[in-house]
Amino acid sequence: MSEIEFRDAIKQALDEELARDERVVFFGEDVAAAGGVFAVTGGLQEAHGPRRVFDTPISELAIAGAAFGAAVTGLRPVVEIMFGDFLHLPMDSLVNQSAKYWFISNEQASVPLVVRSAVGAGGRFGAIHSQMPVPWFQGVPGIKIVCPATPRDAKGLLKAAIRDDNPVLFLEHKRLYSMKGPAGEPGEVLPIGKAEVVRPGDDLTIATAMKSVHDALAAAEELQGDGVSAEVVDLKTLRPLDLATVRESVVRTNRLLVVEEGPHTGGWSGAVLGQLAEDALEHLDDVWRLTTADAPIPYSPPLEDAFLPTAERIVASVRERLGLAAPSNPVTSTV
Amino acid sequence: MSRNKRAVAEAVARGDREPEPLELYRQMLLIRRFEEAVQRLFQRGEVHGTTHLYSGQEAGAVGVCSVLREGDRVAGTYRGHGHALALGVDPQALMDELLGRATGVCAGRAGSMNIVDLAHGLIGCFGIVGGSIAAATGAALALERQGLDNVAVAFFGEGTANQAYFAECLNFAQVLRLPVVFVCENNRYMEFTPIEDVTAGSIRARAEVLGLLATTVDGMDVRAVRAAAATAVEHARSGAGPAFVETLTYRFVGHSRSDPGHYRKPGELDEMLERDPLKIARAWLLDSGEASEEELDAAEAWAAARIDEVTERALAAPFPAPDAGAREYKESFAA
Ligand SMILES: Cc1ncc(C[n+]2csc(CCOP(=O)(O)OP(=O)(O)O)c2C)c(N)n1
Repeated sequence: MSEIEFRDAIKQALDEELARDERVVFFGEDVAAAGGVFAVTGGLQEAHGPRRVFDTPISELAIAGAAFGAAVTGLRPVVEIMFGDFLHLPMDSLVNQSAKYWFISNEQASVPLVVRSAVGAGGRFGAIHSQMPVPWFQGVPGIKIVCPATPRDAKGLLKAAIRDDNPVLFLEHKRLYSMKGPAGEPGEVLPIGKAEVVRPGDDLTIATAMKSVHDALAAAEELQGDGVSAEVVDLKTLRPLDLATVRESVVRTNRLLVVEEGPHTGGWSGAVLGQLAEDALEHLDDVWRLTTADAPIPYSPPLEDAFLPTAERIVASVRERLGLAAPSNPVTSTV
Repeated sequence: MSRNKRAVAEAVARGDREPEPLELYRQMLLIRRFEEAVQRLFQRGEVHGTTHLYSGQEAGAVGVCSVLREGDRVAGTYRGHGHALALGVDPQALMDELLGRATGVCAGRAGSMNIVDLAHGLIGCFGIVGGSIAAATGAALALERQGLDNVAVAFFGEGTANQAYFAECLNFAQVLRLPVVFVCENNRYMEFTPIEDVTAGSIRARAEVLGLLATTVDGMDVRAVRAAAATAVEHARSGAGPAFVETLTYRFVGHSRSDPGHYRKPGELDEMLERDPLKIARAWLLDSGEASEEELDAAEAWAAARIDEVTERALAAPFPAPDAGAREYKESFAA
């Protein structure tokens, strides 16, 4: 199967959907002529023309507000909010207009819009360009939150998001943009709201999303050496959460670790645990979370490294929780 | 004598800072050498994440800060090294911060985009476009309510005039007659997009229509900036309300580390390099007899040596030890 880079997968999804449906338009800051600050969207304006792909002022509220107004009157806008950290600026329109309109209008019109945004830490961007905005939107009924971990999913899920009749927040982890992975089938559209077991195991389920999926896979590999067989579930969509897939997994493994790149308090990992406690308590021998601290993300490399839920920290956390002795090459970080 | 000129004369008589012309040149040189060092260190992987340099815009910060006095407050941007240095922030503490060292002005927590140094009047450098405008507006409210004879200054780029913060804060400051000066540094491009492509009408007119004292000035000539800033600051200090200064400037380097640079008009950079604020100041100092060739050369040597020393010491400075608390799930609140 051919390989594709995560950023190109996103560009292809936009390109194909712009070509497929003339109602799709794409706009944002520096996205058109310059091709985006993460070099994701170059060439789209040339391919689809300046009426369909265009640059906007630095006006996030106008971007989201215009996308809303256009979405309920015939277009299918895709907009880019450059960094997830800027999402609170358009938040009013997203939360109070887009998320509620279909319901309060008694279903007169849906709101088919996609907000793409680059998120996540590990790039030394500091406290205000590294955040994970999921918890800010987690409690807002009416918005879907899609969080791909691989190029294939990025493409197939973005295509699905553009075809979805609801507002979708499509989050792209900055550390994944240059990642290569197998491409999907041509034209493939993947289901939003469906998790996947990406590594089977018997002793423990690790459920997570985005970059942390790769950390969890690396950790599972390492834990194999300890005789621990870890199953990894890639959640892919954080609202709605596919708890059925997680439940099915923990019914077999009886242990659940949820890894969330984001603060301990108010995060989605707590929602996963809470729901499983309600639904599957009899199957659970142990459940816990590995998150970041309830503190802003620090800039300095040693501080940021210690802050994030890396593969080493996942391994250390599992060993500690399962009461396994540290191996001969000790892992330094502990929870 | 106009009301404003008289006010300035009175301010000078009161002993407000009146730097030697040569001192303005030395400050601009220091900023330029600092930024060149940051660029080199970034390429060597010593400055992390991203960084936005002030090279070419030095006359703005130096000219404006030269008319400020003890107790005045300044809010800068993610392009803030020049704002910080012109205010008197220690170049060593600033460089150490950019290198993520424990000795940095924010102990490595902040990084290039988020510098804070209240002791030197720097409320902060703000990573969110428009954040500086809000911070200075609020600082002006505090200064005014505390009955102090001080002003607050907001630096921001022309692209920021399209942000909600701009419209809201200018009106807010005007209706409350707050002592704040809004300094719009117009370097022609937001990130990679020419400002005229995304901006209707004139930015200064937006301030004028709200009744602010508003002016546009050659931002490459430190004398011109200083004169315009003196008028604006005195207007604000006198209780007449906010003022607006647009400096016409240019950045000689990329927007940030990921700049493709294709957007500049042919020949534009060379043309503007001819208008380098350092060249202009040097010529003016010589022509007016304010400084001799020897004095100017000595200033050059001083700045180069100072930054070499700062660089060397920064590279030898210790990294912060990861705070044990950062790995615990404890909330980061002030005690
Ligand atoms: C709210 C918000 N939107 C977008 C950005 C990303 N961004 C950083 S700098 C910048 C361009 C700002 O242009 P301008 O105000 O002209 O200042 P300049 O960088 O040219 O000095 C943008 C869009 C941001 N930091 N904050």
